[in-house]
Amino acid sequence: MSSIMKGTTDNGLLVPAPDEDSAPFWEFATRGELRIQACAGCGRLRFPPRPCCPRCQSFAVEWRRMSGRGRIWSFVLPHPPLLPAYAERAPYNVVVVELADAPLIRLVGNVVAAPDAPPDSVDPARLRIGAPVRVVFAELTEGVTVPCWLLERS
Amino acid sequence: MAAALKDSTAIVGIGQTPFARQLPSSEKTLACQAILAALDDAGIPPSQVDAFASYTMEETDEVEVAKAIGAGDVTFFSKVGYGGGGSCATVAHLAAAITTGQATVGVAWRSRKRGSGPRPWRNTAVQLPTPAQWTRPYGLLRPVDEIAMLARRYMHEYGATRDHFFNVALACRNRANQNPAAMMHGRPLSRETYMSSRWISEPLCLFDNCLETDGALACVVTSAERARDCRDAPVLIHSVAQGLPAQHHGMVNYWNEDPLSGPAWTAARHLWKTADFGPQDVEVAQIYDAFTPLVLLSLEGYGFCARGEGAAFTEDGALETGGRLPLNTAGGGLSEAYVHGFNLINEGVRQLRGRSTAQVPGATTCLVTAGEGVPTSALLLRS
Repeated sequence: MSSIMKGTTDNGLLVPAPDEDSAPFWEFATRGELRIQACAGCGRLRFPPRPCCPRCQSFAVEWRRMSGRGRIWSFVLPHPPLLPAYAERAPYNVVVVELADAPLIRLVGNVVAAPDAPPDSVDPARLRIGAPVRVVFAELTEGVTVPCWLLERS
Repeated sequence: MAAALKDSTAIVGIGQTPFARQLPSSEKTLACQAILAALDDAGIPPSQVDAFASYTMEETDEVEVAKAIGAGDVTFFSKVGYGGGGSCATVAHLAAAITTGQATVGVAWRSRKRGSGPRPWRNTAVQLPTPAQWTRPYGLLRPVDEIAMLARRYMHEYGATRDHFFNVALACRNRANQNPAAMMHGRPLSRETYMSSRWISEPLCLFDNCLETDGALACVVTSAERARDCRDAPVLIHSVAQGLPAQHHGMVNYWNEDPLSGPAWTAARHLWKTADFGPQDVEVAQIYDAFTPLVLLSLEGYGFCARGEGAAFTEDGALETGGRLPLNTAGGGLSEAYVHGFNLINEGVRQLRGRSTAQVPGATTCLVTAGEGVPTSALLLRS
């Protein structure tokens, strides 16, 4: 069974379950592109993706490429009790990043030391609200790629 | 038009089971015990119940409850979503139904074996559809993680500290120590214990989290006119509100333009609009406390202080007995029991009957709120 069908990787990490609205986001991620849904009528960006524009009600959409630069808006360090695959890595970081191109678009992710490094690979003492980050794409398992974040020199 | 609800109905009975980490009875049995206790408290026979309201997460449905307790023909039944956000709305729906003549005697209840049952976030099958696809693969798994994210941002923006969260935990624990029914009765909390406890999701520690409880509660609502014939002094339902703000995303409200202004603000605007009094006139408050930071946000949302001042509001014993706003006087979800906030409703009733174990002398007004951070609801009660 594929990871997407069973909801986890072989080592128990949860994988995204794309829906009709979000599927393009994850497809672009596998190609290494960070794209955010926008209204093709009035141009307004929106996240998470949804069927129509809350401003102009148009159902026409486009996917706009982002620079991949952002800043940490907030972060947490989860400790057990957690699902087993996550408890093994705890404490790890989870961040919310506001995008430099569109500060009201915020993405949840992990700050990692390298694209293939786990979410406990960065010393939590290095995390600060406002710290600049840039996107990298991590392959959780075959066919499942998620955006993660590297700290940039501030 | 909205004024039609004002003081037209009353809570006339409250009931509850014991609270414990583990109770042997089923949720259905616990529900029936709490409901029958509430009806007995009201002096109303079960055969006269014609309305029910509960939470969508409630496992026992109206059919089971009605036939078990011996209700008559039921003409109104309603379930409210969003977990603890629905607590006050159950009473609000009954008040609306009774005011508009859809029913005459309503029962609201919640029965939950959250103490002995599984933790909901462990169910990975239901947690990946939107919006969880954006958060859970990264290990943002539990409600406490989602709220901790907002809490750290709040600390950053407004200079709040862990001491402010502790003020909330301490007030609840102190009141629980006056309430023999509370799970934390007999277990005082010190600042040292709080500060040295284990992290659950930094910046939140063990004592920033509510309890895990088996138990059930219920209350009975009827018209203010009929309430005069009930056993105890009626507690009038003065104003009610639900709140789902524009562009709200639930506990992961990071995608709102202003993530720290949540459903409390929306519910509050409606609640005060139809009330004869304001926040400055509230003598005691039962504020939903699944996590300590929710209380700071709610203090702001319901207008007890300005935006960003919720942390400072908790200083100098403001939430304690004799303080500006005595909080969660039976111990709340943090220290009495966590039954999706229904214990806050029953404690509000006890305060206005003058029979709380931490009675605010002569209290005549009480605010009760449901979960902040999810589509919410609130009640203003008065005697």
